[in-house]
Amino acid sequence: MNHWIIAPVVLPAVMASVITLTLRFHPSLQRVFSLASCIALLMIALGLTAVAATGRIEVYELGNWPAPFGIVLVLDRLSALMVLITAALALVVLLYATGSGWDQRGNNFHALYQFQLMGIFGAFLTGDAFNLFVFFEVLLIASYGLMIHGGGRRRLRAGVQYVIYNLLGSTLFLFALGTLYAVTGTLNMADLAERAADIPVGDSGLLRVGAVLLLLVFAIKAALLPLHFWLPETYAEAPAPVAALFAVMTKVGAYAILRMYTLVFGPELGATADIIAPLILFAALVTLAVGMIGILGARRLGRLAAFAAIASMGTLLIAISGFRPETTVAAIYYMIHSTLAGALLFLVVDLVRMQRGEARGALIPAPRMAQQGLVAALFFGAAIASAGMPPLSGFIGKLLILDAVRDMPQVWLIWSVILITSLVGILGFAQAGSIVFWKTVPAEPPTDEPETDAAPATTPRAAALPLVASFILLAGITALSVFAGPVTGFVEATADQIHTPSGYINAVLGQR
Amino acid sequence: MEMLLASAIGGLSAAGIYLMLRLRSFPVIIGISLLSYAVNLFLFATGRLVVNAPPVLRDGVETYTDPLPQALVLTAIVISFGMTAVIVIMALGSYLSSRSDTVNITADTPAEQEGEA
Repeated sequence: MNHWIIAPVVLPAVMASVITLTLRFHPSLQRVFSLASCIALLMIALGLTAVAATGRIEVYELGNWPAPFGIVLVLDRLSALMVLITAALALVVLLYATGSGWDQRGNNFHALYQFQLMGIFGAFLTGDAFNLFVFFEVLLIASYGLMIHGGGRRRLRAGVQYVIYNLLGSTLFLFALGTLYAVTGTLNMADLAERAADIPVGDSGLLRVGAVLLLLVFAIKAALLPLHFWLPETYAEAPAPVAALFAVMTKVGAYAILRMYTLVFGPELGATADIIAPLILFAALVTLAVGMIGILGARRLGRLAAFAAIASMGTLLIAISGFRPETTVAAIYYMIHSTLAGALLFLVVDLVRMQRGEARGALIPAPRMAQQGLVAALFFGAAIASAGMPPLSGFIGKLLILDAVRDMPQVWLIWSVILITSLVGILGFAQAGSIVFWKTVPAEPPTDEPETDAAPATTPRAAALPLVASFILLAGITALSVFAGPVTGFVEATADQIHTPSGYINAVLGQR
Repeated sequence: MEMLLASAIGGLSAAGIYLMLRLRSFPVIIGISLLSYAVNLFLFATGRLVVNAPPVLRDGVETYTDPLPQALVLTAIVISFGMTAVIVIMALGSYLSSRSDTVNITADTPAEQEGEA
């Protein structure tokens, strides 16, 4: 048994406790510990990915209880990849939060950040449906704290909405799990898959209800229309580094859909096959359209980035709804891309807000920014990536999706929605970018001394570290485009592994 | 027994959903609590209702009740308890800072806070 599998869950939990209990009054030490933890997590994630890349599915039995009775953590290619993306993003975002001083605008940022990572890693690694619920709650309760970090009237109100929405989601999750347990008598995912496959006809209705309830829960997480209402306000009001980290939280929903509806309620399961994929597909098409129109209609940069996140989830879930190896390849590649691009967009929006004085994120003419050229280049990169224009990976991702859905019966609908909404998105980004960067009004010379880098939160110039963090993300997107071949190779192996659930089931329950 | 439990779950859910749609933070929080009671009862019932039976397998015990839902309910109770505490504090903070306990954010809610500390 490979004990490293539990490290991504245990390490942040321990670090968070250490930070809250012993380092409460030492902000700089908190930063050191938090950074060290994120670097260690990235190393562990790289190691786990190397293990998973061999194609073996590793199982970790908590407390050494055998599979259907105890809780298991499962490391396959998909979970290793998700853990790796999260660890890389977490490190970059933490650099940004530290460099821009966001982490000092309230208490306990670093502890909450570590708890948040613990929840996300746990959700990616667990092989038990109820344990998935528990890790969802861990990541949610940490995100509630992070969301209102720094305080402020409007942020608190947005936070209350966010919490209410997610509490409702948690209740639905429990109803779904209860229904599934009542029908199958188990909550271990592999065991669920086996028992769902030979469910008596009389019970298949209940199983269907459970599957759709569960889809609703994951759709809330993934901001799928019409359950996306929590996202725009939350993401626009959340502190920028938190919003950037949340770019991976919506992916938790997408991951859960991909995992559950290939493993447990797979395309060959008669009870649910005819309802899940169409539901996801049509909701995702509308999500994409609304997201892109939202980009065009946004009046503030924060909301623009939030609607870009919604649009990318729509694109991602269109690809997921195919539930075939080709579409899953496209979906996973696009998932990596949209995580990086979404996070980059939120960070760039924050850089713009910091340098625009009174205007902040509003799309109105304002004085020139201190670092107009640098920030404009970053925004340009983020916009190209988010809208899916060549040469960055968003284009490759969309191309993969368009190619993968060619054999689906709704291909014309999907193609036209994706292509038309891409145009709308480009228009929206172009409009926002030209107002922010070109429509500058001459203003009185800035009163702040541009050289006072000692207090980066108040000077109009950004400190070096936030810029470096943003450029690392942009470099990541570029690397994803340049090395699209090798990445797609890994992703293809991942998709094959996902679409042969027997491998997962045998690894967890043993050969029978 | 089944009728009683089912109607209790239904009644709690209906009241919870009605209160959640009230747009004021206090009724909404009460509504969430009622919903979580409903889901706890529902989880309890997923192991089937057996009266006067031990939740353990032992020699000589013919009828027993499923112990797993009881463990699940316990976890769910603890989590919903913590979540309720969080939302109460956040709703209080939101009420005290903006002097309004409505849940919705309207156009006249001050927007200048966006992105500020």
